[in-house]
Amino acid sequence: MTIALPAQLADRRSIKLDFTWPVMFAFVALLCVLIVLPISWLVYYSVTMVDPATQARSLTLGQFHTLFSDPEFVDPLITTVIIAVSSSIACCAVAAPMGWLVARTDMPMTRTIRALVTASFVTPPFLGAVAWEILAAPNSGLLNKLYRLVTGAPQDEYLFNIYTLPGLIFVIACYTFPYVFVLIANALDRIPSDLEDASAMLGASAWETARRVTIPLALPALLAGALIAFLQAMILFGSPAILALPAGFHTMTTKIWSLFQYPPKPELAAAASLPLLVLTVILLRGQAMVLGRKGYTVVGGKGAEPRLIRLGWWLVPAGAFVITVLMLPVFLPYFALFNAAFSPIATTLVTPFNATMHNIYFTFFELSSTKIALKNTFILGTLSATFGTVLALVISYLTARQAVRGHRVLAFLATAPIAIPGIVLGVGLFLSYTQPPFVLYGTIWILFIAYITIELPAAYQQLQSAFRSVHPELEDASRILGATRLRALKDVTAPLLRTSVLATWCFIFVSTIRELSAAVMLFTSETKVVSVLIFDLKESGDLGAISVLGLSMLILTFTVVIGVNRIPGFGAGTRLRNT
Amino acid sequence: MRNSPFTRRDVLKGGTALAATAVFAEPIRAQAPAAAAITPALIEAAKKEGKLAFYTAMDLAFAQQLGKAFEAKYGIAVRVERSGAERIFQRIGQEYTANIRSVDVANTADAAHCIVWTRNGWLEPYLPEDVAKHFPKEYYDPNGLHITTRILVSPIAYNTNLVKPEDAPKSFADLLDPKWAGKLVKGHPAYSGTIMNATFQIARDIGWDYFEKLAKQRVMQVQSATDCPKKVQLGERAAMADGAGYFIIRFKEEGHPVEIVYPTEGTPMAAGPSVVFKGAPNPNAGKLFQNWMHSREAQQFLVDWARQYSPHGQTVEKPGVRPLKDIKLMKEDPAGVEKSADEVKKRYSQIFRV
Repeated sequence: MTIALPAQLADRRSIKLDFTWPVMFAFVALLCVLIVLPISWLVYYSVTMVDPATQARSLTLGQFHTLFSDPEFVDPLITTVIIAVSSSIACCAVAAPMGWLVARTDMPMTRTIRALVTASFVTPPFLGAVAWEILAAPNSGLLNKLYRLVTGAPQDEYLFNIYTLPGLIFVIACYTFPYVFVLIANALDRIPSDLEDASAMLGASAWETARRVTIPLALPALLAGALIAFLQAMILFGSPAILALPAGFHTMTTKIWSLFQYPPKPELAAAASLPLLVLTVILLRGQAMVLGRKGYTVVGGKGAEPRLIRLGWWLVPAGAFVITVLMLPVFLPYFALFNAAFSPIATTLVTPFNATMHNIYFTFFELSSTKIALKNTFILGTLSATFGTVLALVISYLTARQAVRGHRVLAFLATAPIAIPGIVLGVGLFLSYTQPPFVLYGTIWILFIAYITIELPAAYQQLQSAFRSVHPELEDASRILGATRLRALKDVTAPLLRTSVLATWCFIFVSTIRELSAAVMLFTSETKVVSVLIFDLKESGDLGAISVLGLSMLILTFTVVIGVNRIPGFGAGTRLRNT
Repeated sequence: MRNSPFTRRDVLKGGTALAATAVFAEPIRAQAPAAAAITPALIEAAKKEGKLAFYTAMDLAFAQQLGKAFEAKYGIAVRVERSGAERIFQRIGQEYTANIRSVDVANTADAAHCIVWTRNGWLEPYLPEDVAKHFPKEYYDPNGLHITTRILVSPIAYNTNLVKPEDAPKSFADLLDPKWAGKLVKGHPAYSGTIMNATFQIARDIGWDYFEKLAKQRVMQVQSATDCPKKVQLGERAAMADGAGYFIIRFKEEGHPVEIVYPTEGTPMAAGPSVVFKGAPNPNAGKLFQNWMHSREAQQFLVDWARQYSPHGQTVEKPGVRPLKDIKLMKEDPAGVEKSADEVKKRYSQIFRV
C-alpha cells in the first residue's frame, strides 16, 4: 500500500488540534466523579455521626465499634465469609473438571455446552434463587414432592431444604460457576500442546504430564476463578435476600440493605460496607502478587491446536457429569419457572387440564408496573451498554497504546470499581446524589451511573486485551498520513475491533439487566427496573408473576443480543478483511 | 352528580354523629374541611392529570383490580406501587427527604405511619362525603388527613391437607407445642405493617417470652403478611402464626385446603388507612381516587373481592366470613406502635435473628 504524502501535511499538522490531552483529562475527571465521589461519601459517613440537637456532624468511631462488637453485625460477617469460601471451593471443584473436559478432550457438543453455561450466566442469581425455591423448598418443592412420591416417604420428610446455609451456598455456586468455567476453559484452550508433547517425548506418563505441565499452566486461571467466585459470593445480594430471611440469618449485603429500613441508618450502612470494600481490595492485591510471580506466557507464537485427549469409555461418566452440572443452573430452574408461569399454583405440575394463562394476563395487562419496569430496563440496558462500551474503548485505547503520560492512573481508575461491591456502590451513590451539588436520585441517571461504574472494569479488561491484539502499525500508518489519534482510532482501529466491541456491548447489557444490588438501593417508584420489580413481587410471594417476568426478561435479553449481532455492517454477519 | 357539597340528607345524617361529640363539635368543625363530593369539576381536573400513583400495602392482585375499576370508571390510569407497609413508609420517607414527589395516594397497613406523616406536615386534608356520612368516627381523622380504608386481622391458619381439624391450633399458646416445630410460617414486622401491629399487640398482651419460645420452633420467616397464607396454601408450611386473614378466606372460597383460626387470646388487628399527599404531582386525581376508594361502590368491592373488612356503614358482608364484631380482637394502638416501632423491630430481630 503506497500513498504519496501530501506536501502541505507538515503545515496542517501544526494547526490541527490533537484532542488527546483534553479527552484524557475529561476521562480522568469523569472517572474521578464516578468512583472517588461515592467512596468519599461512604468513608465520610462511616466516621461521622449527626448530633440530634444541632444537626452538626462530628467525627466518631462508634459505627465501627458497633460493627465489630454487636453480634447483629458480627454474625452476618462470619456467615458471609463462610458462604464466600464454600461457594468458591464448590465452583472450582465443578468448573475445573468441566473446563478440562470441554477444552482438552474429544467431548462432543462442546459448543452447546459452552452456550448453555452462558445461559446460566445470563440468568440473574435472584431469579435462580426463586426457581430453586420452587424446586427445593422442603415441603412444597417439586423435587421433594417427587422424592416422596417415589419413595412413599411421609409428608414431612424431604430430600433438599433450600432454606438453609448449604442451600444458599449451593444456589450461589450455581450462578457463580460460569465465571470460573469460562476462565479455566479459555486458559486450557490457550495452552499449546507442544509443551505437553515435549513432556511426553521426555518419557513422562499422561498423568505426570498433567501434573507437571498442564495443571501448573492452568493454575493461575484456577486461582483467578476461585477469587472471582469468592468475591461474587461475598457481594451478592439477590440470592441471600431471597433465601436467607426464610432460613433465619443475614449476610452482610442483606444486613446493609436492612439498615435502610425506617429510620434509615446510613452511617452504619456506610461503615458496614467498608469491610466488604477493604476485603475486596486486599484479595485483588493478593491475586496480583501471586500471579505477578507466576506469569506463564503461554500465548507465544501460533502454537499448535491443543491436542485432545480421547475419552473412550470415559465419555459416559464424563457426559453424565456435564449433564448433571448443567441441570442445576439451567435445565431444572427453567423448567420450574416455565411450570410456575402456566400453573395455577407455582408448585403444582402443569398438565393440559390445569394450565392457565392467568399469570401471563396478570403480568402484562393488570400489573401496572410491568410496562414502566420493562421500559426502564430496556432504556438503561441500551444506554449503559452503549456509553459503557465507548468509555471503555477510549480508556483502553489510551492505556493500551500508552498514548499519554499518566495512562496508568487511567488504567487504575478504570479497574478500581471491581473492588466496589454493588450494594456498597449503591449506598455510596445514594449518599452522593441525594444532596447537592448533584441531585440525581429519582431519575434513571443515578442507575445509569451505577451500572456504568459497576461494569466498567470488565468492559475495560475485555477491550484492552482486544486492543493489544491489533498491531499499532496500522494506527501509526494513519498517524503518519496526518490523522489525529482520535481519527486513527475511529477509522482504523475501531473497525478492526468490531467483534470485541460487540461482545463488550452485549456483556454490559446482560449484566445491567441482571443487576439488583445497586438498583435496590437507588430505585424510586418511577425508575423501577425489572430486577427490582421481581424482588418486590417476591416479598408478597407472587411466584407466578415472577416466573412470567423472569422468562420475558430472558427473552428480551436474547432478542437484543441476537439482534445486535445481526445489525448489517456491524454485526458478525459481515466479516472484516484483515489485509 | 351533585353540585353542592352538602345536601339536606348529609346534614341529617351527620347530625347524629355531631350530637355524639357535641362538646367538641365547634372547634373541630372550625378546622375540619367540608365533606367533599365527587363533583364534575373534580372529575374534569382529575382527567386532565390523567394518571396517579398509588403506593399501597394491600395485596397486589386486589390493588390492581381496584386501579382497573377506577380507570374503567374515570379513564384515569392508576400506577400501583405495592410493597410491605413498612417498606412503603420507608420509600415515601426516602423520596420526600430527597424532595421527590411521586406518590399521590398511599394506603398503609400501619396506622402509626399517619402519625409520623401528619407530624411532618406531608398530608393534604381531604374528607370525602361518604366518609363523613357512613364511617364511624374512630375510622377517620376529623380533619380528613387519613381515613381507614380497610380493617385487617392477623389470625392463625392451617392447611387442612396437612393438619386434621382436631389437631389444629386454637391459640397462640398451642403453637409453642413441639409438634409445630419446623411447621410454622410467619411475617416480619420490619416489612409488614399488619405484622408490626400484631407483634406489638401480642408482645403487649401475651408478652415477649411468647416470641422467644416461638423462635425455638424453627419458624420460616417471610417478609409480607400476604406471603404467609400463600406458603400455607402451597403446603410449604402446615400453619401460619400470623399473616393476612383475608387471603385465607379467599383461598378457602376458591377451594384451596386452608382453614382460619381466631386464637383464643384474641386476634391482632390493624387498620389500613389511606392518605392524600400534599404537593402531590396529581392532586385532583389523587383526591378523586381517595374519594372513590371510600365510596360504597369501592368499599363493597373490597368486601366482595378482597374479603377484607370495610368500615363503610352501608357495605354488606358476604356470608363465609366471621363478622368483625364476633371476633375477640386485640386492641389497636397506633400511638403505641409509633413510639415503640424501632424497639419492636430491634427486639424482634434479636429473637428471630433476622
